[in-house]
Amino acid sequence: MRFFEYEAREIVKRAGIPVTDYGFTTDAAEAKTIAERIGGPTVIKSQVLTGGRMKAGGVKFADTPDEARQHAEDILQLEINGHWPRGVLVDPKAEVKQEYYAGVVWDGTAKKPLMLFSDMGGIDIEQVAEDHPDHVGRGHFSALEPFHDFQAKQVIAAAGVTGKPLQRLTPVLARLARLFLEGDMLLAEINPLAELTDGSFVALDAHMEMEDEGMPRQKALIKALGIGAEEGTREGHTPTPFEEAVKAIDAADHRGVIQGKDTGFHGNIGLVIGAGGGSLTLTDAVRQQGGKPANYSEIGGNPSVAKACGLAKEVLQKDGVEKIAVMMSIVSNTRVDIVARGVIKACLELGKDPGETIAIFRIPGAWEDEGFKILDKYGIEYCDRSVSLWDAAGRAVAKIQGEVAA
Amino acid sequence: MKKDAIFIGVEVDDRVASDAAMGAKLDEVCPVNIFKGTESGVDIVEENIDECVLCGLCIDAAPAGTVKIHKLYSGEVLPA
Repeated sequence: MRFFEYEAREIVKRAGIPVTDYGFTTDAAEAKTIAERIGGPTVIKSQVLTGGRMKAGGVKFADTPDEARQHAEDILQLEINGHWPRGVLVDPKAEVKQEYYAGVVWDGTAKKPLMLFSDMGGIDIEQVAEDHPDHVGRGHFSALEPFHDFQAKQVIAAAGVTGKPLQRLTPVLARLARLFLEGDMLLAEINPLAELTDGSFVALDAHMEMEDEGMPRQKALIKALGIGAEEGTREGHTPTPFEEAVKAIDAADHRGVIQGKDTGFHGNIGLVIGAGGGSLTLTDAVRQQGGKPANYSEIGGNPSVAKACGLAKEVLQKDGVEKIAVMMSIVSNTRVDIVARGVIKACLELGKDPGETIAIFRIPGAWEDEGFKILDKYGIEYCDRSVSLWDAAGRAVAKIQGEVAA
Repeated sequence: MKKDAIFIGVEVDDRVASDAAMGAKLDEVCPVNIFKGTESGVDIVEENIDECVLCGLCIDAAPAGTVKIHKLYSGEVLPA
């Protein structure tokens, strides 16, 4: 679940990390009142769940409350990347001595949270890490054991920070790390974390993302932030027609499970894949062998023929797809013959020859002998567990690329 | 009565097809709803035929030889 900046600031504040005396409103007149309360130059920021606010004109500076009201009025009517603002955040324009970056992110490879700290804040941490790696401190910590402040201090020191700033920044990063753990976050980021001219530190912007599965445990926080159940997880993108269609097929039948994603995929190899991490492995294998997937999918949990057929039909009907690769890791619950029936049925219902349309069928496991009889009948190339996922993906890519070349 | 889908064919002897009690039994045992019991016997639900999981429960529930499952892709028939 993603949070707007004004919500992320509140989360940070509740964790004991200093923030500016900001205000959130959906009303331009109230923006003026907030600016009057702040009593100095302000920054008016659009509250949207998308990047590129500054470039799009969603962040403006105001010297007077009247100017703040005018900017708020403009920003509230400004659509950014297809997102209308939830409101505006009115923030004091801080007297900044230096900007830092503090973040905690879930490292899926190490399966541990990772702290990141830099004395070069206000810009993308990825850019800093690439251009100035010596200015970025990193450190994993346990998600199970209690967090200790010294762990934060080591990471900050690794970015070259010493003396009083090191002492003052340590509790900030430590609180962010504890917030990450206690709040079931996937990402907890303060950028910039500003050192003001008086030597104090405040969070000038924050970005939080909560693990969807953690939401039931975080009901109190979500409620306190005024977020209703109708908002769901605020998924980052609008599902495509393919994604919507696959979701509907899955919901219509309790047997098995299918998922399909095609955002960012523009290839010609349709993938009907799954089983115990098999989807990610196979997608990577297809790509690394030079193939261009048209989609990502997951199929498993012993789906019905109708469900396997539905997924395969949706994949086959995507623009640019002429063949599909049906591949899974070794299955025990899902039946090979049922998936075989489903994908063949999809071809037949779309008026396609299964033997020509299915580039490779590599699903070994339960009922494979029965499945192989079906595949034989329709002249489909298949292989058993003696052929690795890598090799099966390679065969599919070679077949499709060969056809394109011819 | 015999109905074929793409992969599976279901054959029910006329005595069973017109027996309401047997129809209810087949309706109850089939995990993928291929049989629908009626007042006059049993109907075969065509759209579900290819969902057959070859469990053989219908064959066991009916008198020997009165229900047969045809694997149209291999020519085999259950019970063998």
